[in-house]
Amino acid sequence: MSTDKQVITLNINGESIELLLDGGETLLETVREQLGMTGSKRGCNQGVCGACTMLVDGEPVRGCLALSSACSDRSITTIEGIADGLNLSPIQEAMVEHGGLQCGFCTSGMVLTLSAFLAENPKPTREQVRHALSGNLCRCTGYTKIVHAAMHVAEAYSA
Amino acid sequence: MSMPNTAVGHDVPRIDGREKATGAAAFIDDMSLPGMLYGAMVFSDYAHARILSYDTSEALKLPGVKAVITGDDFDAVLGGVFLKDEPPIAMGKVRYLGEPVAAVAATDLKTARLAAQLINIEYEALPNVLSVDEALDPKSTLIHEDLSDYFRLKPSSFEGNILWKASISEGDVDQVWSDCDVIVEGEFQTQAQHHLYMEPCGALAKPEQNGGITIWSSCQSVFIVQQKVADYLQMPMAKVRSLVPHVGGGFGGKGGLHIQTLVAKLAMTCSRPVKMTLTRTEDFEIVRSRHPIRIRMKTGAKNDGTLIAREIDMVLDGGAYADESPAVLNWAVFVARGPYNIPNVRSNGQLVYTNKLRAGPYRGFGNPQVTLAGETQIDEIAQKLDMDGFKLRQLNAVKTNDAWIGGQNIDACGFDACMTGMLEATAGAEAEAAAASTSNKRRGIGYSALTHMCGIQSTSAEVHLRADGSVALVTGVVDIGQGSNTILSQIVADSLAIPVERVSFAAPDTDSSPYNWKTAASRTTYMSGRSVLGAAVNVREQLFTHAGEMLECAEHDLELREGGFVGVKGVADAQLSFAQIAGRAMACVGGPIAGTDTLVFDGPTLDPKRAIVDGFAFTNVGIYTFGMQAVEVEVDTDTGEVKVLRVWSAHDVGRAINPAMVDGQVHGGVVQGLGLALTEEMVWGENGNLINPTLMDYKIPGILDVPDFIQSIIIEAAEPTGPYGAKGMAENSLVGIPAAVSNAIANACGVRLRSLPFTSERVLRALDAAGK
Repeated sequence: MSTDKQVITLNINGESIELLLDGGETLLETVREQLGMTGSKRGCNQGVCGACTMLVDGEPVRGCLALSSACSDRSITTIEGIADGLNLSPIQEAMVEHGGLQCGFCTSGMVLTLSAFLAENPKPTREQVRHALSGNLCRCTGYTKIVHAAMHVAEAYSA
Repeated sequence: MSMPNTAVGHDVPRIDGREKATGAAAFIDDMSLPGMLYGAMVFSDYAHARILSYDTSEALKLPGVKAVITGDDFDAVLGGVFLKDEPPIAMGKVRYLGEPVAAVAATDLKTARLAAQLINIEYEALPNVLSVDEALDPKSTLIHEDLSDYFRLKPSSFEGNILWKASISEGDVDQVWSDCDVIVEGEFQTQAQHHLYMEPCGALAKPEQNGGITIWSSCQSVFIVQQKVADYLQMPMAKVRSLVPHVGGGFGGKGGLHIQTLVAKLAMTCSRPVKMTLTRTEDFEIVRSRHPIRIRMKTGAKNDGTLIAREIDMVLDGGAYADESPAVLNWAVFVARGPYNIPNVRSNGQLVYTNKLRAGPYRGFGNPQVTLAGETQIDEIAQKLDMDGFKLRQLNAVKTNDAWIGGQNIDACGFDACMTGMLEATAGAEAEAAAASTSNKRRGIGYSALTHMCGIQSTSAEVHLRADGSVALVTGVVDIGQGSNTILSQIVADSLAIPVERVSFAAPDTDSSPYNWKTAASRTTYMSGRSVLGAAVNVREQLFTHAGEMLECAEHDLELREGGFVGVKGVADAQLSFAQIAGRAMACVGGPIAGTDTLVFDGPTLDPKRAIVDGFAFTNVGIYTFGMQAVEVEVDTDTGEVKVLRVWSAHDVGRAINPAMVDGQVHGGVVQGLGLALTEEMVWGENGNLINPTLMDYKIPGILDVPDFIQSIIIEAAEPTGPYGAKGMAENSLVGIPAAVSNAIANACGVRLRSLPFTSERVLRALDAAGK
């Protein structure tokens, strides 16, 4: 791993931050360890579990695989950027109200994946929601209520 | 004032939901302290070897390294629940590949990991004992040479690498085989399953100026961590404070220690806080797994379907250390009769050491394995008798006030209601499956009944009334994601007629929480629920005493009113708020109002006149629970792939305190059960190396692997001793799934699988062997 440090400007949750980073540092390392934003979780560090999902220019990416140095000039959204103060986003609200979370460790990744998906697909079918979540693992809920939560948001949009 | 959404029986959203949905909830790896160091470990390269020497000099020279510890730095203390056989870190020898042998603390994680690589350990290899057959062979190398000297909590037989034997028998099984009209016999093999909580284990320890240590860790009990770390470090428990942040799932895997002792020792060695979080691979390699069990079972019935005999012989692969395996063995032996009145039963179990990761408690506690065998045989008998499987189950089902094997009375049994509920829910499903089958896509429905228990050990709770009439609930209960903080708060809110928002839930802390054993054995709603209810009722009584004096009336003329008031029955405007009463108590009369309750599960134990019992680690487990599950599969006969299309899961929960959360436990348990049934298996290579310790290579169900249709059917047969009649249920939804999948595959394409998991390869081989 390179020890060469470079100055990089990251735009995270609407805020521009200048950082001195290792070239090999991942987005997950940057947000958790440099910025102390611990809402993105490290479940496998291998790109399988999806607990570290973040949005880069609105698209879900694996924070544990994406290099921070490749994300300058791009817009990064983490779970900390989803709620507006104490006002939860619709999918966050639905996850709480409809039992879409239990231990909560996968939840950040689920919320970000669904936020991006619902922004592009406001009226999905259950099957489309399931496909959207195919890269996010959950060991507690059996997924059923996560899909319920997404469908409640979709129905609220279309109402 | 009305509070329709707070009472028991309502779907109150979890009280920690918002912090989890926003990422604000802190888990262990999200914590840090000023001056904190990072830990890393050195893991054994051998499955079985003597440790000859440690060379830590190069590691200690590395800038930033603050401490290195090995087995030489610990007192020779052996820990364990039923059998004390496990050192805090490898000492003298290593017994599985990956076992921690040294640990490092350094200023950053990279330095700590680099230093770990610089530690040189010299080993003398010993022969590996990797299989159950090798372990049973008296000629095999001993994994624990001092087994006979180890402290044993309860007496049991042992020999060689067999560390524990347990058995129970009732009736006279040998005499009745000749009376049976039909006998089925088979051997079943189950696999090691990893708990795969999404949050890997971790711990953070901070040395205190009084010589003590404060430990935060991902765990299922702050008290178990406190007790075990204090024991390993030979410190008084008063100097070991154990706390827990949010826990990202447990399922039994975090029920004992993982790295807490090592992190505490590192922190005390360098007088700095130290944090260590396992990588996913490390977590796979060093924590614990579900037991692989080899089960030989024989069941006999009369022509009319009456079950009259069952004999079980099982061998559990416990891995390198006993952990809680004697209890898992005990429960597997005890529950193998199943929820049926079988008069003649003999159940024998042996637990062996192998040079692999320790096995330990995991949702179901040995029960899913024996239920696979038992419920397969129920279907096989039904088939031989040409009888409907449901009818056979109903004919033999235990009912309220029947006896469990060993004589314990079943006080409330919703088993028959579960079966009836299942029959209604699946009406027409078999015909639909048959109609949808094609020549190479065979659909079928399989059923499994199940029984389990909830309870054991002790707990206590406190409810404190605050000045404005709010209450503080203090329990020592760790919510590992299942939702107990919410359930217990609901019980307090309901019993005091206040909204859940007026209840604060205290985070567990061994310095300030009343004792609770642990989050395990589906016990929290039942055990802690009882205790929390007791404490709340205690507060209510004190409120009434004060109110009677303040309103100058008899207590029996008083009533609780919604929103936190005590009023005079029939007089609407004669009432006091909790705040008014709290004010009187705090300032003038009696002192602050606090309710406490403490209890131990002390139900009747086994009747020695009825059953012969040997080597049981416990004889008094708790309340029995019941369920019925069904699975629809589609088997691709060209590829062997088994696709699960629908699942129905009926459980007698006594009373659903929060039905939506009951459903959530059912969905989650079902899906974990599908992983056990179809894809999950920890596989060890010939050197004892775990060959699939990553999420790439160990396949847990993703959303597209599981059906969108999982129907939870809640049955409520109130348990007289339960809070509001509630019983535990969190393990139950996993228990019958492997059996139901097996029966569904048999129903779909006529082949019988007896080794888990039912991979495409195994299904295809079975189809080939059967010429289908």
